[in-house]
Amino acid sequence: MTASEPRTPRDQESWAQPVDRLTTTAKSTGVDTVTGKRVAGPVQGFGQMWQKTFKVRLDDVAMDPEAVVAHWKAGFPTFWPKGAAFYAPLAGITPGEVALLEVAPIPGSPVKMSTGVMVLYADRESFTFMTPEGHALSAWITFSSFKEGGVTVAQAQALERTSDPFIELTYILGANKMNDRFWEQTLENLARSLGVAAPSVTSVKVCVDKRRQWRYVRNLRHSPAVSMPLSMLTAPLRWLRRRRSA
Amino acid sequence: MTDTTIDTVQSGTAAILRIHGEITGGSDPELMAAYAKASAATRSVVLDFADMEYMNSGGIGLLVTLLVRTQRAGQKLLAVGLTEHYRQILGLTRLDEVISIHDDEASALAAAATT
Repeated sequence: MTASEPRTPRDQESWAQPVDRLTTTAKSTGVDTVTGKRVAGPVQGFGQMWQKTFKVRLDDVAMDPEAVVAHWKAGFPTFWPKGAAFYAPLAGITPGEVALLEVAPIPGSPVKMSTGVMVLYADRESFTFMTPEGHALSAWITFSSFKEGGVTVAQAQALERTSDPFIELTYILGANKMNDRFWEQTLENLARSLGVAAPSVTSVKVCVDKRRQWRYVRNLRHSPAVSMPLSMLTAPLRWLRRRRSA
Repeated sequence: MTDTTIDTVQSGTAAILRIHGEITGGSDPELMAAYAKASAATRSVVLDFADMEYMNSGGIGLLVTLLVRTQRAGQKLLAVGLTEHYRQILGLTRLDEVISIHDDEASALAAAATT
């Protein structure tokens, strides 16, 4: 028995429906590594848990937060840094939809890592992505806009752990800073698209949990550190197969 | 400003945090202040969601922060009073793997007593 439900909760339509295994309507040029996977949040990750908050002031932008979030949702892929691709699902950024991504593990690298995100939550003021198994991070990332001191600001806030020990090692060796730079550039691009000439992104990073969760060491079986080299090795075979079927 | 009030009730070694109104990312001061009121002997923290009216993704993030704090203190985190909707959200986010969900306070306290 659960508690009585006198009325529909105000947030009912904002959350994704329960899902066991992910499917997507998005089409990418890479490999779909998401279909059939489960979602995995910061609780299911391996590495230290970080809360990272990136914020940009939209000075002199005459838009309220809801309009900024609508703009962000509509043009989301266009704000990503060069070299990264976001393939939106047919229904756009709406709860339960799954997008596919291709990101370079090292900036400028021709090698792309294929992954995705599920839209966990979306309302008029914010939207949140949750990562699937096989993503480098086990995370929730919330994009929002609000007023601060009379100025509209845009914010990206991640609650994340690396998914497995290999990725944790890359984070220690510099991937953490690269990830920070990714979101800083995204906010700069968003602000520029709204007419901010010289956007200045501030960031606050807090280590919420210093412990590494060794009980999730088995996430290695989904690790992009394992699957990506395999994908590269088998790429010629996929290319041949596509040529034959063309 | 958030529309959140949280009362802390001590029941033996369990601290019950009764949530009223909203839980959003802005509810951090209220939630952490309520948790801080739990006695030093607290072994379990029971979140009572029966009077919660709204929770967004920022609120779910707060629950994870609280979970980390309770784990660090060697405490168990339990939940009661969840409507079907909020049960689904805890399932969707896989928080139900680490927060023990109970139908009522009595069963939560009984489970807490066994830890």
